Formats: sequence, structure tokens, C-alpha cells
Amino acid sequence: MPTLEIDGKKIEVEDGLTVIQAADQLGVEIPHYCWHPGLSIAGNCRMCLVEIEKSPKLQIACNTRVTEGMVVHTTSEKTKVAQKAVLEFLLINHPIDCPVCDQAGECKLQEYYMDYDRQRSRMPLEAKVKKGKAIPIGQHVMLDQERCILCARCTRFCDEITHTSELGIYERGDHCRIELAPGKTLDNPYSMNVIDICPVGALTSKDFRFKARVWYLERTDSVCGACANGCNTEIYHREGRIFRFQPRANLDVNQYWLCDAGRLSWSGLQGESRLLQPLAREATGFVPTNWTGALSGVATRLRDAAARRPGGVAIVVSAEASNEEIALARRLGTTLGATVTGVSWSPPDAFHDDFLVKADKNPNTRGLALQGLATDTQAAEGVLATIEAGTLQALVLVRTDLTRWLDRARVERALEAVPYLVVLDSDRRDVAAYADVVLPIGTYAESDGTFTNHADRVQRFRTAVASPGEARPGWHALGDLVTSLGGDAAPASADAAFAALAAEGGAFAGLDYDLLAGHGVTATKARASA
Amino acid sequence: MPERILLRCRDVPDLRKLAVYRAHGGYEAARKALTTHTPEQLVEMVKASNLRGRGGAGFPTGMKWGFLPKQGEKPVYLCVNADESEPGTFKDREIMEDDPHQLLEGILISSYAIKCHRAYIYIRGEMLTGYERLLEAVREAYEGGFLGKNVFGTGFDLDVVIHRGAGAYICGEETGLIESLEGKRAYPRIKPPFPATHGLFGCPTIVNNVETLACVPHIVTRGADWFRSIGPEKSPGPKLYCVSGHVVRPGVYELPMGTPLREIIYEHAGGIPNGRSLKGVIPGGASMPVFTPAEIDVPMDMDSVQKAGSFLGSAGVIVMDDTVCMVWAMLNLARFFHHESCGQCTPCREGTGWVEKVLHGLEGGHAAPADVDLLLNIAANMMGNTICALADAAAMPVRAFVTKYRAEFEEHARLGRCPLRAPAAAAPETRRHAHA
Repeated sequence: MPTLEIDGKKIEVEDGLTVIQAADQLGVEIPHYCWHPGLSIAGNCRMCLVEIEKSPKLQIACNTRVTEGMVVHTTSEKTKVAQKAVLEFLLINHPIDCPVCDQAGECKLQEYYMDYDRQRSRMPLEAKVKKGKAIPIGQHVMLDQERCILCARCTRFCDEITHTSELGIYERGDHCRIELAPGKTLDNPYSMNVIDICPVGALTSKDFRFKARVWYLERTDSVCGACANGCNTEIYHREGRIFRFQPRANLDVNQYWLCDAGRLSWSGLQGESRLLQPLAREATGFVPTNWTGALSGVATRLRDAAARRPGGVAIVVSAEASNEEIALARRLGTTLGATVTGVSWSPPDAFHDDFLVKADKNPNTRGLALQGLATDTQAAEGVLATIEAGTLQALVLVRTDLTRWLDRARVERALEAVPYLVVLDSDRRDVAAYADVVLPIGTYAESDGTFTNHADRVQRFRTAVASPGEARPGWHALGDLVTSLGGDAAPASADAAFAALAAEGGAFAGLDYDLLAGHGVTATKARASA
Repeated sequence: MPERILLRCRDVPDLRKLAVYRAHGGYEAARKALTTHTPEQLVEMVKASNLRGRGGAGFPTGMKWGFLPKQGEKPVYLCVNADESEPGTFKDREIMEDDPHQLLEGILISSYAIKCHRAYIYIRGEMLTGYERLLEAVREAYEGGFLGKNVFGTGFDLDVVIHRGAGAYICGEETGLIESLEGKRAYPRIKPPFPATHGLFGCPTIVNNVETLACVPHIVTRGADWFRSIGPEKSPGPKLYCVSGHVVRPGVYELPMGTPLREIIYEHAGGIPNGRSLKGVIPGGASMPVFTPAEIDVPMDMDSVQKAGSFLGSAGVIVMDDTVCMVWAMLNLARFFHHESCGQCTPCREGTGWVEKVLHGLEGGHAAPADVDLLLNIAANMMGNTICALADAAAMPVRAFVTKYRAEFEEHARLGRCPLRAPAAAAPETRRHAHA
């Protein structure tokens, strides 16, 4: 455990750490381009040169291991001269096209220029080296070779993380350029990560470019709902619209990365099929209604159905629902004496790998399991059988579209036979066509809540945008329904809904939103330590 | 004329052939080393000889060998740096073309000393004759039992592999060479770790220059004391000086280390032709600071040249007479370093091209007086801030040329033309990148 001094501040750090890591622990930012905690050390950008006492030359902080008694200066005159020089070198052949560059606002060249350089260009514009611009190198990624600073983050990502090596550096000196390897395109399932790690505007996203200036966007911590891995994300949004997902580092879950499918799944949260108002079936079809009327109508019908026959109501909740929604669906079941069934279904041929992408395309299958509900499709099929047997009086489907995997004709026959069907969902899916009442609930981007990933890690997502129209968070709608039925008082927040779940003493015992605030907690671990 | 040791090929016709080499005592040093010395004794002997690397950096060879891990599971590799690419340098080429067995014998002894069983000769791709002759020599050596299994019946095995480079100067940098041997782009590696512990294929590796290894058999034959007695004790031995440019007899000269530069130019190389006078001389290949005529009494050994403000480098002595425009000469060098910068580190990648552009402007008559100081500033910003020494190699000449011939640079800016060269020739077209 060596002790070293950086800019006059002493710190004791683990053996084997580099100066840049030690400085990070101290809260001292050493500017850098090529160094990335998830990649090998390249040491080529030279932006992190620092002065180390007893060392004749400046050293790169990214590849210098700390030693006992080391004294580092990151703001000395020698260091400042080097930082300014490196930035000038980086910019002499750069097109300085910030006004039309999508990276503006999150560009390390811009930021460091303001912090460490701030001098006029000494390179005439016409003397700059010209290279390729707006080159599509894959389905999702555009390359601008002139903006590139050749830090080799993208090539290292493709070599070390995906092992696909689509990108290489060609030519020499200031003619160097990033290019596709002959015969390749950047089409691996993680290709868009190169956009995140590109510190400049060389690699931009076809999905996001020219959509918004990043300084207008707000960010909200979230968890990707596209599969069971639970990759940590940030949702970038403005005025209720989502613009993109970016990975948020979580070394236990997704490191620094996010798959392309998950990243692009944001658009599915704000599609054309979103439900905007409670709908009630009349003789002529669905008629928009308000929440008060819809809830009291549903409560009356469900109470009647439950009274008509014990176990006459069934509730099916899918692995797309949050832990809070599942808990409230169960409470609804208790109130009604209804059977509550879990279901988790994924397309059988869905892409998955041994890195981040899971075959289970639901974010909360383990959440169902930890609340004692089924995680296959058998139990839901059992519900269908009770309908066919004519015993079921009412069915409540929470984020569940049975038509996705069951024989459509059979589902249609069964659902038409159910005396009363309530659907709670964010989108109008096929099953809604048979509903008597449709209650619009928000996506996970529109609500606070938690998912439990494949490894039983409970992770929080937060409200990024408001639900469209009159849609409400799922916990809110289900809580109100429980209250309308004379059950417990509805939770005032997702936090309270989770607290009630934790208070049940199951797998979630001992957890609360504060504990889960960072990178989540493994449910079973929490139980063991509680 | 002192006895020729490294250039015995000039005195013995066909020395490149194994039979002739054997007839003149060839491989006896290796036999002596392998049959009567332990590897450790040989390392000590080379240490005691004060042999220093002939590739350019002048690092003590025995000390470098001593950095290898004493114990280890991994194989040790010897990489022979035969990528001789420094402008003004053509000494290793003669050894490989005319006395390849001298090199192979040096490789054999050195491999035994460092417990290496596979040596790679990384030869500059353009040296086709040297390659063909080395290939033939290696074949002969295998046939003669000097390479392969159980050399001299000692149980020592050694394979030698010849690998041709593909034309990049950076492959002469030892870690660039290693990367290239591994089949990768020759980006020099960040150090630490050093090749002695993590070199070729991640194994302990020694990289030695051709001339350095050629010295080893003679040290074994005649002893470390003999070697140390030639020239200054701290950088001793016979030395090959490559003299080019404006001299009567350009060529390779084998002379004792520490021979004065003036003697090399005026006695051995015959002085400046056509009654002209000396304007400047680069003592150690294109990347080393230039000397003015007032500075040429320096003894040409590593320490003395360094003390005089330059480096012996590869001992490529480039002589320029008074007809040479120093801006044009510097532009010529700058163009080379721009072309050869691998592009990995920012200061070198961008700085080498910028320096060439500024010099091109000065020589072509479209530069401002401030550009002279701009050159010095760019050079200062490049120096010492990169992974390998190429940035220094590009920056040091700029600093020396501009400082020592400043008036000439300023005159270019003031006149808006080259005062020495005709306008047509004054603006040599900046060559497009060879691969662009």
C-alpha cells in the first residue's frame, strides 16, 4: 500500500495502481484521451503527461505505477506546457468543425481546449491534412477521419472486448487513419460502444446524430429493459422525449458497455402504439374514459367476479413488470382472493451471447421468481385452461400479451369467453382487443422502480420522462385498484411500494431505495447479511 | 591503417562463404565459447569488455543481457536488429553482405550466453543482397553443424530465422521491431515492461544490433582486455564509421572508437572535394544534431560526442560543403521523419508533418520571420514527450540546424526565397506520402 503525493495531497493506494487511477481516487482529474478503464493501456495520446519528482522527463500518468513516496505534479509549469503542446498538436490537423459536429458539447477536444490550451491556431487552414468524412462504417456508426485523434480506443474495443477486429489504423504519421479492415463492416452486436468511447466527433451514431444538441438533454439513471442482464444505462431526454440510451458503468453487470439492441430499445418505449387514456368497452367499441370512472368500474366488476366464485379472478403478471408492480399485483390477488400467475416468455431464436446479451428478453424474470411466481409459460397456459373450463369470471393481465406465444386462435376463443378482462399495459398490444377495460401504465422510463436481473441483482430505475397522456406508473395504477377494492391504502410512491415488499421478509428483506441507489444489490446477499 | 577486424571481408575474398570463413579461423571463437565457457562467464566477459550497442543508443551490451530474468519458464529470444534504416548509415549492410558468418557466429555465442534457442534476424526489406547472402550463410551454418541441434556436441540447440521487414524506419526501434515480428503494426511499445522481461511473444528478449553482435566473437577470441584497450575505455572497440556526402571517398571506415571526426573526414575520407569548405557535418545519422566546422575535433566515441552536444548514434557521418542550403538540408531530413513517423504518439505524428510544412515554407519563400522560432518551439514540444525516440530524432536536428545556422534561416524568411538555390530548385515539391 504505497503512499504518494499528488498536487500536495497525500493518499495511500493499493499496490499496482497507476498515477491516473490514484489521482482519480483523490479527485484530481488528469486529462486523457486514449486511456480508458475498460481497455488496455495504449499511452499514445500523451495528454496525461505529468511531472514526477526525480524523473528527468514527464511521464504518462496512465502507464506509471505508483511507488512509495512518489511526488506527482499535475499542474506544474512543465506539465502545463506539455498539455498545451499536446492539444495544439491534436488540433493542427483537426477540421475545427464544431458547429456542425454532433460531438459538440461532449467533446474532450473542446473541453480540454478550454481548460488547457486556449491559444490561436498556428497552422494555416489550407495546410491541414485532408482525410475522409462521413464514412458509414457499419449499420449504426459514421466515421469522420479528420476529427479522429487516433487514440485507438475503438480499435482496442474491437480487438479486446468483442474480439472482432473490424477496425484498424492505416498509413503512417499524420496520414494515419482509422479504417475498416478489408472486407469487414462494423456490425458486431456491440458496435455502438465505439461511439461512446470515442472522445471526439470521429465516430457518431446514425441513430442519434443531428437529433439534438447534448447540452439541451437531461440524463436519468436507468436500467436497460431489453433483456435480463440489466445493463446500467443513462436515459438522455428532453421535454418528455427520449433521445438515446448510453451505458452507465457498473463493473458487476455491464462494465462500461451496452449492446446495440439494448441501446436502440429506447425507441420502443415511445412508439405509435402507446396507450394514452383508460379505455372502456361499449357496444360500439372502446370509449375513452377517466381514471376515476375506470377504476371504480373495474373495482365493482372484479369484486362481483370474486364474490361469484372463490378464485373466480385470475391475475397474470409478466417479467416485464417491475418488482413493485409484481408485489402490488400479488396484493391485488390477496384482496380479491384471486390466483396470481407469473409468466416470462422470450422468442426462442432470440440472439444471445456469453457476454451481456441474455436469451431471456425480459428485465425482471428473477423478480417474479423471488416473489414466488412462475417464470415459465406453463402457469399462464393453465390460466387459459381454466377459462376454457368456464370457471374463470375475470382476468387481469399486467404487461402480458398472451397472443405473443400461445396459439392465437385459442387465445382469441378463450379471451372472448372470459366474462371480464382488464388489461394494464403501456402499449396497445393484440391482447387489448379483447379487453373490457384497458388501463394505460407507463414504461420503466416513466416511473421509479426496480428490476431484478438474471443474477438476482436488484437495480433501480428512475423517472426520466412523464408518461404520455393520462398513463400512470404501474405501481400507481395497481395501488389505486387495491385501494378501490377496499384493500390497504395505496403506496404513495414506488419507494413505499418497495418498502412494503421488503417488509414482507422475503428475498427483498433489508433492502431499500437508498441501499440500491448506486449499482444495485444482490437480493440473496442482502438477505444473508440482514 | 590499423588492422581490420570487423571488415576483414575487405582483405579476404569470398569470406562470406563458410569454407573461406572456416579457413580463416571462423567459428573457433564460438567453439571456444560453447565448450570452455559457461553462459554466465560469457555475460561477464562482455560486461568486462565494455561493449556498447552499435545501433544508436550505445547501451552497454553486457548490462542489457544481465536484465534477463535469472529463472523463468519462458523461452528467451534474441532479435538481431538488421533493419539498418537511419539515413547516412550503411555499415551493417556490409557485414551481412560480405561477412554474414561473422554475424552468425556472434549470434551463436550471444544466444548461448543468454540461453536463447531461437534467434530472429530482422533485416531491412530493401537489403535483398544481404538477405540472400544471410540466407545462404544460415543454410551453410546448419549444414556445417554451427546452427541447429547440439552445436559442437555441447547439447546446445539454436535456430536462426531471418525475417524481412517491409520498409518502415520505425521497425528499427526495438519494440517496434518486436511488434512487427509478431505480425503487428510496428507501433513501439510503452515501457515498462521492457523487452528483457516482456519482449517477443511476451517472452524475455534481447535486441542487439548487427555490428554489436559482430564484435562478440572477437571479444571471445582476444579477450575483454584487448577490446577495452581500443579507444576510450568506457566506449571501446573497433568501430564502423559510415561517411557520406561531400567527401572525396565516401564509404565505411573501420577505425578505433574515438577517432577524431576531423581525421575521419579529412584523412580517411579524403576531405571535401572541388576545393570547397566544410559547412556542417552530422556525426551519427540523420537524427543526431549537426556539428559546425568549429566542432569537428571531437573524438568519435559515445561519451565524447555526447559531451560535445550531439550523439555518435549509428556513426553515420553526413558531410555537407558550403554549397548546401541548411534550410533545404533540414527540409530533406524533416521530410524523412514525417514520412516515417509511425503516427502513434500525438507530438510526433503531428509535429513531424508540421515541421516539414514550416521548412517547406521557408525554403519556398513563403514564410514569416516568426517561423524560425516556431520551428524551435515545435521541436521543443516534441522532445521527450513520446513513447519512442523518433520524435526526439526528428526534433534534435531541427534544434541544432536552426540554432547553429540561424542567420541562414532568417535570411530565407527575410528574402522570401532561398539565397543559395535557384528558384526552380528552391521549392522541392513536398512528396506525397508514399502510400497515399
